Amino acid sequence: MEVLISLAVGVVVACSGYLMMTRDMVRIILGVLMMGYGINLALFMAGGIKAGGPPVLIDEVGAAVTDPVPQALILTAIVIALGVFALLLTLGFRTFQENGSDDFEELTGVEHD
Amino acid sequence: MVSTLHAIVLFPFLLALIVPRLYHLLGRRLGWAILPFPFAVTLYLLGLLPTVGGGDTLLSSWAWAPSFGIHLSLMLDGFGLLFALLIAGIGTLVVLYSIFYLGPDEDLGRFYISVLLFMGAMFGVVLSENLLSLYVFWEITSFSSFLLIGFWYAKDESRAGALKSILITVTGGFALLAGILLLGAAGGTFSIRELLGQVAVIQAHPYYPAIVGLILLGAFTKSAQVPFHLWLPGAMAAPTPVSAYLHSATMVKAGIFLTAKMGMLLGGTGLWFYVVAGIGMATMFLGSYLAVQQRDLKGLLAFSTISQLGLIITMFAYGTVESLSAGILHILNHGIFKASLFMLVGIIDHETGTREIDRLRGLRRAMPVTAMLMFFGAFAMAGLPLLNGFVSKEMIFMAMLEPPIGPNLFTSVVPVVAVLGSAFTVVYCLIIAHKIFFGPLSTDTPVKPHEASWGLLFAPTLLSVLIVWLGLSPQVVEQHIVAAGTASLAGTPVSLHLALWHGFNWPLVMSIGAILVGGLLYWRLGWVTGLLRRLSSTPYHMNALYEWSLDALDRGTKRFNARIMTGNTRDYLVFIFGFTAVAVGYTLLRTAFVPADWALANLAPITWTEAAAIVVMIAGALTAVFVRQRIAAALAVGAVGFMVAILWVVWRAPDLALTQTIVETVTLVPLAIAFTYLPKLRQRPFRPRVEGVNAVVAVALGLLAGGLTLAFLTHRLFGSIGEFFVENSYTLGGGRNIVNVMLVDFRGLDTLGEITVLSLVALAVYTLVRSQREGSRPAPSDVPSQSTLMLNPLILPAVARVLFFMVLVFSVYLFFRGHHYPGGGFIGGMMAVTSMLIWALAFERTATVRLVPVHPRYLLASGLLTVIALGIAPMFAGYPFLTQFFGYYEVPFLGQVELATALLFDLGVAQVVFGATYWFVITMADGTPLGRVSRRPVPAVAATIDDAEGERGEAAQWKS
Repeated sequence: MEVLISLAVGVVVACSGYLMMTRDMVRIILGVLMMGYGINLALFMAGGIKAGGPPVLIDEVGAAVTDPVPQALILTAIVIALGVFALLLTLGFRTFQENGSDDFEELTGVEHD
Repeated sequence: MVSTLHAIVLFPFLLALIVPRLYHLLGRRLGWAILPFPFAVTLYLLGLLPTVGGGDTLLSSWAWAPSFGIHLSLMLDGFGLLFALLIAGIGTLVVLYSIFYLGPDEDLGRFYISVLLFMGAMFGVVLSENLLSLYVFWEITSFSSFLLIGFWYAKDESRAGALKSILITVTGGFALLAGILLLGAAGGTFSIRELLGQVAVIQAHPYYPAIVGLILLGAFTKSAQVPFHLWLPGAMAAPTPVSAYLHSATMVKAGIFLTAKMGMLLGGTGLWFYVVAGIGMATMFLGSYLAVQQRDLKGLLAFSTISQLGLIITMFAYGTVESLSAGILHILNHGIFKASLFMLVGIIDHETGTREIDRLRGLRRAMPVTAMLMFFGAFAMAGLPLLNGFVSKEMIFMAMLEPPIGPNLFTSVVPVVAVLGSAFTVVYCLIIAHKIFFGPLSTDTPVKPHEASWGLLFAPTLLSVLIVWLGLSPQVVEQHIVAAGTASLAGTPVSLHLALWHGFNWPLVMSIGAILVGGLLYWRLGWVTGLLRRLSSTPYHMNALYEWSLDALDRGTKRFNARIMTGNTRDYLVFIFGFTAVAVGYTLLRTAFVPADWALANLAPITWTEAAAIVVMIAGALTAVFVRQRIAAALAVGAVGFMVAILWVVWRAPDLALTQTIVETVTLVPLAIAFTYLPKLRQRPFRPRVEGVNAVVAVALGLLAGGLTLAFLTHRLFGSIGEFFVENSYTLGGGRNIVNVMLVDFRGLDTLGEITVLSLVALAVYTLVRSQREGSRPAPSDVPSQSTLMLNPLILPAVARVLFFMVLVFSVYLFFRGHHYPGGGFIGGMMAVTSMLIWALAFERTATVRLVPVHPRYLLASGLLTVIALGIAPMFAGYPFLTQFFGYYEVPFLGQVELATALLFDLGVAQVVFGATYWFVITMADGTPLGRVSRRPVPAVAATIDDAEGERGEAAQWKS
């Protein structure tokens, strides 16, 4: 399972990285959004998977539970990612509105090849 | 504890602070207000001669940055006392001299601030017991020297000289810092006294050669040793009092001070001896050789200083008692006669208007006192008997004849080079003492030569008295300065006998030889300088190298920056991603990637759910890259997000699953809005080079991320801190849902930071949308009456009414159960936003806006304030910030009920999450200029949240 997850993390991060390096504003923002998913998955792996029940003490204290630390971190990360995403979208929209372009190379005046 | 020593170091800095005020009060008499300080220090230090000069060491320590082991520990021993006396004594005379030297139009405030900074820093260097504080003061001396060289910054040569000096000395200072850090690593401390107990350890340490090289680099750059001597002639652009003080008597001797101090730790080895003596002698010879060719009096003195510094530093390579005492005496003597010479050259410059040797003749007639004083200084430097330079030069020759190593070729060549260098010294001494003073009086000087005022002449006269006094009876300083200084460097008590006459011996022969050869060369001076100038006139000298490297650095940096700093995000990402992948990947591969005890059986089994989710996730990620329609790309990314949420469910992370699902839903709405105003993806020609690089970097990044994820699995360095939370969540936090207890209780401060960020995002989005220029803002008639999100005007409103309340109630339920079961403030707040979105999809935007009775900014503020107040309140009872309390109470009919402050905290979180998210989603929808235009004409409609609020206000007014 872990090997499969590592593969998924690798593919998701590679694809997001590629999207972030393109010149279209929308694809860049989507890349940032998707990279969060990949990194959250990797973060979760740091605590190990399927080590026990959910980190909620319902039955008795002492039963094996999943490591709660990555969960708390990821929960925070998800909400922050939403904020970052909203900010990027607005910035993108305003940039387009002011400059009439959503092409990062046009915006920075750098043309490759 | 702050002691007198601390006062000596720190007072100049404090005095510098009030100089502008003093300048305002006193005007051009400012110097008189500065003068008492160095004078008082001189008296105090002279008073210490019997004790410290008798072998005592003053120590006092003041904790500065104790957590880093940096204490402002000061130490005054015999060697430090000599330097402190030079700094204070020459400092007094220089301040006095400058009062008369600097004209009324000069910026005296700036001048004395720099001088005071230098004075305090220089005291700090020679009194520091800790190498790190020594380094700090060392750099301040470079800095103040830079300011003083550039004092007349309007002149090109001042700026060039200042730049050159700071580039060279600060490069050396950086090497010194590295050397000190290595020395601290090797010796385990930065205290000089403690390091002295570690000499054997340090010299056997593998870092030893590096330490020697780096520290000597610092010392050599500061003391203008070859090949770093370039900056000192350039420094002559400074006002002459500065040249006399910094660039002959004190600062340039800081390198010698350091070499002498470090000789105690690092000396005694062949490496130390050959490097220091080799560079020292090369400098001594080259300096005097170049001094002869100078056309400028100050330039001549600068090269002469370089030469004398080389001679002195050689003595600290030898490290014998004879050489140490010779070096110490010559530091004192050179400080005295060179300061005098600089002041006299300054007088000549001041009273004739030129420093050009070829234009000055017969000044003896116009300036008899100056001429007289110049004879003393110059002949002391040449080493003529009855003057102070003679005694120390004899001692130096004597020490050179008794090397600690050898005898071998090197140690035999050293005295020969010393005699040759001394012969040139005699030549240039004759130039300044004879050539410019005798013959017919020159008539073409810019100012008609005349004698200087007593104020200018006072300081060199006093120094000349010292020159003669120490020349006639050197035993005055024998015990308390030379022997005490030598003893503190040698580590043992030393008995010395200084005398004018040592009998007829080899050093005397060497002195006589140098004087004779020098006299002979001066007799044929025109021919000699002509020959020397021809010999030196190659384009390959050090200054050319300096200019070339400065230029190359400039051009190289520009070219490099032009390549790297393109301004294009993509290029930066390529660098960041590429570097991370290479650097972290390399480390990852170097460590055992798969440990020996690793087995496939340790892995968690794969279920069908997970496999399916992962397949969809990978497919989604690839689709997002390759698909050409933006909506498809967005949906693909959304698919990845929902697959992640499914994995959270499978992996027993209910809070994550809930949050991720809701956030996915909420994310889609702004994205959908964005698509209405952002242009569609363009078809572009395929650019193999750019796309290829991107692909390679992206794959490398993916490999790194995957590899790191695998490494989490195989490398468990220590147990998770999660155990703590599992054990204490219920007992300390009073909650069963560990993740929620962590967020609101254990890690409450992080959560406070997070909701602050979310609030800022909401404010930023709002500000960005509001900042639209008038022309680009939608006119009121264009504003759609219906929400841009509105989908179906018939069926949806009916469903939405029901759904809205269901979701809203559900969100409240999620919020309240959060402490013990999955849920909580984040999830509750976010779920409530979802209910608003349902409403917004179905109804007019004003209806949505009116759903929330208060402006979301109040929700943000009250939520944040609640959390902060909850954090501060326990502090009044002596608990740390953000301590949470809980208790169980018996309530009639309900039984046992838990009341926890964490619930209030979570309420604050929920308010902020709801307020912020609701605000920015609605604002983004409002900001849409390209929304669908309503078919029917609509009266003025409140378009934004603010307008809606205003309307409410108006309505309220009408009612009243």
